[in-house]
Amino acid sequence: MPQTKSWIVPTLYIFFLMLPIYWLVNMSFKTTNEILGGFSLYPKEFTLENYITIFTDPTWYTGYLNSLAYVGINTVLSVAVALPAAYAFSRYRFIGDKHLFFWLLTNRMAPPAVFALPFLQLYSAVGLFDTHIAVALAHTLFNIPLAVWILEGFMSGVPKELDETAYVDGHPFWSFFIKIFIPTIAAGIGVAAFFCFMFSWVELLLAKTLTSVDAKPIAATMTRTASTSGYELGLLAAAGTLTIIPGAFVIYFVRNYIAKGFALGRV
Amino acid sequence: MNKQINQKAWLFVLPVFILVAFNALIPLMTVVNYSVQETFGDNVFFWSGLLWFQEVLTSERFQNALIRQLIFTFSILAIEIPLGVAIALTMPRKGPWVPVCLVLMALPLLIPWNVVGAMWNIFALPDIGLLGYTLNALGFDYNFTSQPGDAWFTLILMDVWHWTSLVVLLAYAGLVSIPDAFYQAAKIDGAGSWAIFRHIQLPKMKRVLTIAVLLRFMDSFMIYTEVSVLTGGGPGNSTTLLSIDLVKIALGQFDLGPAAAMSLIYFLIILLLSWVFYTVMMRNEDQ
Amino acid sequence: MAQITLDKIRHSYVETPSKEEDWVLKEVDLVWEDAGAYALLGPSGCGKTTLLNIISGLLHPKQGRLLFDAEDVTDLSPDQRHIAQVFQFPVVYDTMTVYDNLAFPLRNRKVDEATVDKRVREVADFIDMGHRLDERAKGLTADGKQKISLGRGLVREDVNVIMFDEPLTVIDPHLKWQLRSKLKELHQRVKRTMIYVTHDQTEALTFADKVVVMNLGEIVQIGTPVDLFERPHHTFVGHFIGSPGMNILSCEPDSAGARFAGGTVATENRLSAGESGKRIELGVRPEFVRFTAEDGLPADIVKVSDAGRYRIVETRCGGETVKLLVGEGDEIPADGARLAFDPSNTRLYADGWLAGEGR
Repeated sequence: MPQTKSWIVPTLYIFFLMLPIYWLVNMSFKTTNEILGGFSLYPKEFTLENYITIFTDPTWYTGYLNSLAYVGINTVLSVAVALPAAYAFSRYRFIGDKHLFFWLLTNRMAPPAVFALPFLQLYSAVGLFDTHIAVALAHTLFNIPLAVWILEGFMSGVPKELDETAYVDGHPFWSFFIKIFIPTIAAGIGVAAFFCFMFSWVELLLAKTLTSVDAKPIAATMTRTASTSGYELGLLAAAGTLTIIPGAFVIYFVRNYIAKGFALGRV
Repeated sequence: MNKQINQKAWLFVLPVFILVAFNALIPLMTVVNYSVQETFGDNVFFWSGLLWFQEVLTSERFQNALIRQLIFTFSILAIEIPLGVAIALTMPRKGPWVPVCLVLMALPLLIPWNVVGAMWNIFALPDIGLLGYTLNALGFDYNFTSQPGDAWFTLILMDVWHWTSLVVLLAYAGLVSIPDAFYQAAKIDGAGSWAIFRHIQLPKMKRVLTIAVLLRFMDSFMIYTEVSVLTGGGPGNSTTLLSIDLVKIALGQFDLGPAAAMSLIYFLIILLLSWVFYTVMMRNEDQ
Repeated sequence: MAQITLDKIRHSYVETPSKEEDWVLKEVDLVWEDAGAYALLGPSGCGKTTLLNIISGLLHPKQGRLLFDAEDVTDLSPDQRHIAQVFQFPVVYDTMTVYDNLAFPLRNRKVDEATVDKRVREVADFIDMGHRLDERAKGLTADGKQKISLGRGLVREDVNVIMFDEPLTVIDPHLKWQLRSKLKELHQRVKRTMIYVTHDQTEALTFADKVVVMNLGEIVQIGTPVDLFERPHHTFVGHFIGSPGMNILSCEPDSAGARFAGGTVATENRLSAGESGKRIELGVRPEFVRFTAEDGLPADIVKVSDAGRYRIVETRCGGETVKLLVGEGDEIPADGARLAFDPSNTRLYADGWLAGEGR
């Protein structure tokens, strides 16, 4: 195994990964004139104009806030309801448990394109159209099954003796669950939250369909820009660059948990 | 683990059940409803039986989209799975570079899908994109907005860029979970690197690779946003995959009946193929 | 088959060791005789697994040489050293049958199939797996898997040494003694050098002809189980081996032996010239302490616990805890108890090491 040259492969791969990202960042510092003027490997007339536009124009920066709002609500909600459910699946047998678990997972396989139209009608009917809640709820469709799946894996790794000891020590159930059990599987919660964040943050089809003005995600603002105001590539690139940042932050903080979470064979 | 029988456990599952049911069952019922009815507007519906299903299944448009979808999915599986495993095998198992590698590799996974599409659009533009410009400078006649072959090349390259890291992370996690003793025993037994891969690493990665294949299969079958931003299904219909077509029919033309029927067929195909994958990959496990 | 010599081996996991604590192996000089049954005994973290991995070639020592007979093997890879190792957690190749597992080391070395078949069947019979050759190794229980990993070491005829790294850790208690006696029997039949690493004194003492005791990265004593019990070279050995361990009492040296608890205690050894300034301790096993009616050291009884054929009595004597064993029928004085130490089994230790021996 220890091939001395083996680092070349991951290095080349990472280089390949960085190329399009570099190009995006590169574009974001160029003026429109330079972009349309032709090909250049780095910005010759370095400008922050595109970023200034985004941070001063409310249609742009509210997009970020909207995205973060529904992603945040979704992550908290998904993990919160998935915790007791995952506990039930990992510790108890009950009527229909296996079918229920499988049914939950099938929702992970549901194409958002299938649900876009019915969701639009459903959330309009209950008066939630164009709210953060609507998008957050819609994203639970695939995030709750995922969170249950991940957390169940982690919980099954915790020996049952922990629960039993706690009962013997006289802890009531909820106090055991919150004070002892949840800290024990903190890594699992981190991984579950990471994936909920990730899939809610990157999804656009449902988010775009369920919003029009008040809760419009940043990603949707970008598509509108691309289509209506012509060829503002620099602005588009700057907005795109900014959407990478929250993700990068989140990965950095959970980097040690990711490998552990994957190691359990669950995603 | 021996599980206790406890029907009260349903109470724990209830919030999940209600939320997912609200999100899954009501829309699914809507879809089923539309799929068997016909409307001429004005909210007046007529029973149409399996008419829409027949229409969708026999339409050349659907069949072509399905074929394109299958070609796309199997191409990216054939590239991403071996590539991901190969990269994971060459990654260092410990040391200061591991977290750096992991963070950089995970980065594409965290980029909103339309930004991925937009980024690749800019990257591949023939006149000012790095990829497009370089290819043309090297003498290739490359233009993904007008030539179907180039559009497919760009699409697959984009997906490889976007998702190979998921396979790498999973395979890598499978690899690091192998105790050192296995490598040590193999060394003492005089095993070469192929034997180590074949008899230690591959069997231990089987579970995570099953998950990788399933996830990549499902997600690539559902792909919409990236393609829609990069090529919009074009040029012509050359990159119109299933979900692109579906959104065109449902949200573009508001043809509710055919869209609903297509949705159901689409969903069933994914379920069926996932199940087939799962059984085939797990078959050895149960022996 | 070979005699294994460790020549001034030092090892550290730190890139450039600067302080004494950086060394996990301080300096090890040791000769393992051909065909001996050895145990390497010590608490967790004492460096025994490191030492084992250096012998097997999984680790390259920072300093020193390793010789198999006269050949320097320090730079050879594990498969070139012709050694076998059984790990703490059973290693089997899941996808293969028992047969293929056993054949694996031979096939990797391009041995012809006829010989492979002959060896595999011989070894399989020996480890009681002859009737299960076609089963998947994955389905075996922990002890079965451990037998397979042992078998993979035995199939090769050129093996110099078989090493066991706490091989019984994951085996069910009732199967432990079975496998242990199997190993002992095995040693008598195959006549190979075997090194058995463990932190369990019972395992070490029953398996080995010679026990190497390690602590804090150095070897503290090499000897037969009887040596370790009767003449510990270091208070660590006295304390670690035996149950309960040796009483270790601080004392003042004296011309007859030592002064302790207001009395004089006769000892088997004397301090040598250079040792008077060191920390002096008295070591005596509970087996060699008894109650006496005449003049002895006054002691108060703290606790009596029943251990079957004898009782363990804990007393306070001269400000220290002294334990002694009392036979079933013997009486324990209610108060005014006095203790006597057996002079031929009471020894002085200077800074932990047996006094008068030098180092």
